This record gives sequence, structure tokens and C-alpha cells, in this order.
Amino acid sequence: MLWREEFSLHAAEERYVARRQFGKFLVLSSLGMLAGNVWILVRSLLGRGPAPVGRAVARTGDLPVGGVKLFRFPEDYDPCLLLRTAQDTYVAYSQKCTHLSCAVYPSNDGRRLECPCHEGYFSVEDGRVLQGPPPRPLPRIVLERRGDQLWATGVDDGSTES
Amino acid sequence: MFGYEFFIDPSRCIGCESCVNACSECETHRGQSMIHLDFIDRRQTTATVPSVCMHCDDPTCAQVCPADAIKKTEDGVVQSSLKPRCVACSNCVLACPFGIPKVMLGPEQMMKCDMCYDRTSEGKRPMCATVCPSQALAYVPPEEMRGRRERPTNVFQFGNQRVTTKVFMMVPGEHVTLSVDVVDYMWEQEA
Repeated sequence: MLWREEFSLHAAEERYVARRQFGKFLVLSSLGMLAGNVWILVRSLLGRGPAPVGRAVARTGDLPVGGVKLFRFPEDYDPCLLLRTAQDTYVAYSQKCTHLSCAVYPSNDGRRLECPCHEGYFSVEDGRVLQGPPPRPLPRIVLERRGDQLWATGVDDGSTES
Repeated sequence: MFGYEFFIDPSRCIGCESCVNACSECETHRGQSMIHLDFIDRRQTTATVPSVCMHCDDPTCAQVCPADAIKKTEDGVVQSSLKPRCVACSNCVLACPFGIPKVMLGPEQMMKCDMCYDRTSEGKRPMCATVCPSQALAYVPPEEMRGRRERPTNVFQFGNQRVTTKVFMMVPGEHVTLSVDVVDYMWEQEA
């Protein structure tokens, strides 16, 4: 019986692993890894959701130069930062650090976005990584000016051109 | 010790409980004796039997253990349950044909005679065999038992279950296999 081989009542056989058994384990776990990776690939190719619905973020006059506003985009559980870096320049980024999803916030001088968890820094201009462990730039929120309102219309996470 | 075997001879037991007390003095289970001294029929006779683990070749206790906690070492000794695994379910207590395992309520673990593994594995005799004054429990080379009137057997028949053991039981000369099916004796009494 297989289970009796696996759970032998002899102390010496308990930790014994046969070469064939080890090979079987390697092959099966490799196949599992492959299947998992194929599944992730297929899902990322096929399962792109519909383009996010734009939402109004702020009025142009609300934010002083150097000011910051928190908003949610594209869903209610995706925190984002809107920054007014100059008189007519607005940028917005996802607030989740690309390293381990801690919340980033503007550093004191307002020129960098800082992740306090592992000292990761992002550029305010384009969201690129300046320092620390984050592997990718911050996803940038595409902004659009409609009258005196700013609208978030899309997320540029670097994987697609927008 | 190589070539030494354990023999139980109930006909020699005088019920002094030396083995029980010697067992409970062991450092690995201080205060708890792993030997049962059984009275056969206390009203009719003074006969007693010291019960140590028989160390079956195919241990029923280990087979029924759902937690894989009872292991047999290469030298044929069935060990007490492994503390991290034992769940104190008492399956072994119910299954053992000789009634040896005990579940200790304090540590919630099954403990039983392991033939003084700390001693026998380094060439000493089990504690009970060293103190038994009548050598009802004997750990000797098999040649020494040839002079006795009883013959050693290690094959037991429990109904349909045939059990062979590492420990020998001294039985009257005409028996090769000791049938210990309780139902057999119940039928005999009725007839």
C-alpha cells in the first residue's frame, strides 16, 4: 500500500527518500510551476478588464502649487496622489509602492515621492525610481483637463503605451 | 547486547513488584512504571504476570496510529510514541492484543515499555530484568533458557490475528503457538 510506504512504521525508513520518488517530486512540482505560469500568462493576455471609467479628481483652482490631494482611481480601493508641481503642471500617481505596496507620500522638499517602508524614492516628474528596492516606476495616472476640472482617465503602468 | 533475548516466564513471577518499582525509577519516565503486574484471578490464586511490551514484528499499535507516532527501530524495538506527534487518541491502547500501551493523562501521550532503550542500546540489561529475583523477566542468551522446563515461544494467535514478537513467552512444553483468543476459553467453559 502506498500510504504505508509513505508512513512507514520503521524509524529508519521514515526519512528515506528514494531516487525515483525524488525524481517524481521534481517532475510534478516543475509541471505545476509551468501550469501556474501558463495560467498567469493566459490571464494577463486575455483577461484585461474594460478601460477604466474616468472620474473627476479636482478643480484646477483647489490645489495650491506644491499641494497634494488624495483620490481613488480607477476603483475605490486604489489610492492615488494628485500633485501640483507648477502653476500649470499636474501629475498623479498610484500611491502603492511597486516594491511591497506600502503607501508613498511626498518628501519634505516636495520633489520626491518617498516610501517609508524600505526607503524607496520616486521622482515626482515621471515616477521613475530614484533609490531603493522598488523594481518599477510608479503607475502614472493619465490626467485630462475638462473645463476647470481635472479628470483621471487611465493608468499608465509602463506596460502599454497610452 | 547482541544475542540476548527477553523472556517472560509467568510461572516464576512471585508478584513482588520489584520490576514495577525499578521501571518507575528510570530517568526517562520517572515516577511512571511501564510494566503492568497483572493478577490473574485474585480471589482464587496468587498468580501474577508481569506484562512488558512484546515488541511485535508487525506492531498493531503502530499500524492503527493515526498520527504516525509509533516507530519501530532497526533492532526490532517498538518505541514509545513520539511526543510531538501523539494525540493521545488511545487507538493503540484499544488495539494492542497484549494490552501494553498506556495513555498518560498528564502529558497526554502514550507511553509504553521500550525495553529500556537507553540501556539495551548500549549493552546493558533492561531494568526489570536486572532486579527480578526469580528471573520471571530474564534478558539472557537463548541458550540459558534451554535448561528450563518451559519452552519459549514468540508466536501468538489472537483469533485470526497471528502475532510474532521479539520478546519470548515461556509456555508449557507442548505449546508452540500460544492461542490467547478469549472467546476460545469462553466456549470451553460453557461446554
